[in-house]
Amino acid sequence: METVINMEALINMVLLTLLALITLGIIRVRNLFAVVVLTGAYSFLMASVMIVLDAVDVAMTEASVGAGISTVLALSALYLTKTEEAPPRYTAALPLFVVIGTGAVLIYGTYGLPHFGMADTPMNTGVGADYLARNYQETGVPNVVTSVLASYRGFDTLGETTVIFTAGIGVLLLLKRFRQEG
Amino acid sequence: MSIVNEIIANYNYWITIFLMLSGLYIVVAKSNMIKTLLGLAVFQTSVYLLYLSPGKILGGTPPILEKGIEVYSNPLPHVLILTAIVVGVATLALGLALVVRINEAYGTIEEDEITAIVDREDHAE
Repeated sequence: METVINMEALINMVLLTLLALITLGIIRVRNLFAVVVLTGAYSFLMASVMIVLDAVDVAMTEASVGAGISTVLALSALYLTKTEEAPPRYTAALPLFVVIGTGAVLIYGTYGLPHFGMADTPMNTGVGADYLARNYQETGVPNVVTSVLASYRGFDTLGETTVIFTAGIGVLLLLKRFRQEG
Repeated sequence: MSIVNEIIANYNYWITIFLMLSGLYIVVAKSNMIKTLLGLAVFQTSVYLLYLSPGKILGGTPPILEKGIEVYSNPLPHVLILTAIVVGVATLALGLALVVRINEAYGTIEEDEITAIVDREDHAE
């Protein structure tokens, strides 16, 4: 059987390999400043992968929130704390054992999943196709992601806003200096 | 099916699992709290990949309706992951704020050093 390598799949695989390499860097490097910069690069690469996976809205959010705001937050935390990680005290044997065990089970699980890029999977023929078909008549918004986010799953977005609000209050309570009375 | 096709069909899942395990390893093995939080972020992005990969259709376009285009990728995972990204940054912010407070209270962000300090305080009482 002849092997046809799809260009989209190839770009996707190259980007994913780079992503894996950066992750190795994040694990090994002990200077936290370098780790934060690597995490920023990781987020941008992840945004590129998302573009290849046709998730353009998600890619934009990941580039601005994941690579932008997260990096700024982490850098501010470094400014307020320490920038060097202490050398490890214990051997990594037990964590490695746990991780490899989990990995073996997960790899076994992938054999039950549909192959990459197929159109006839239950996920792509069911709910997703339904949204694509009904969207324009019901909402008039050409961007299906926007219309699902704002119209069909509006309560989800409300919940998300509540989570951000709660987190904001939490950060304020933690970092604000309360003046002692008397 | 040839071996190359087999690799292409599963490569996304393998990398997703690799990222997931890297995140798990950082969370379990590293004692530095900021590093742990960043590892948690890696773990989280691997879940984004897990959701987005099966929704991709090779030869499809982003789900923005346009005349003359027939095949669109699945929009539903994109919606779910948009929510997840924003919630993720909220938890990261809260976690980092906690780390800053812990550093003020104990003078260190290494988990095992803090455990040692707490033990010593318990014995002193």
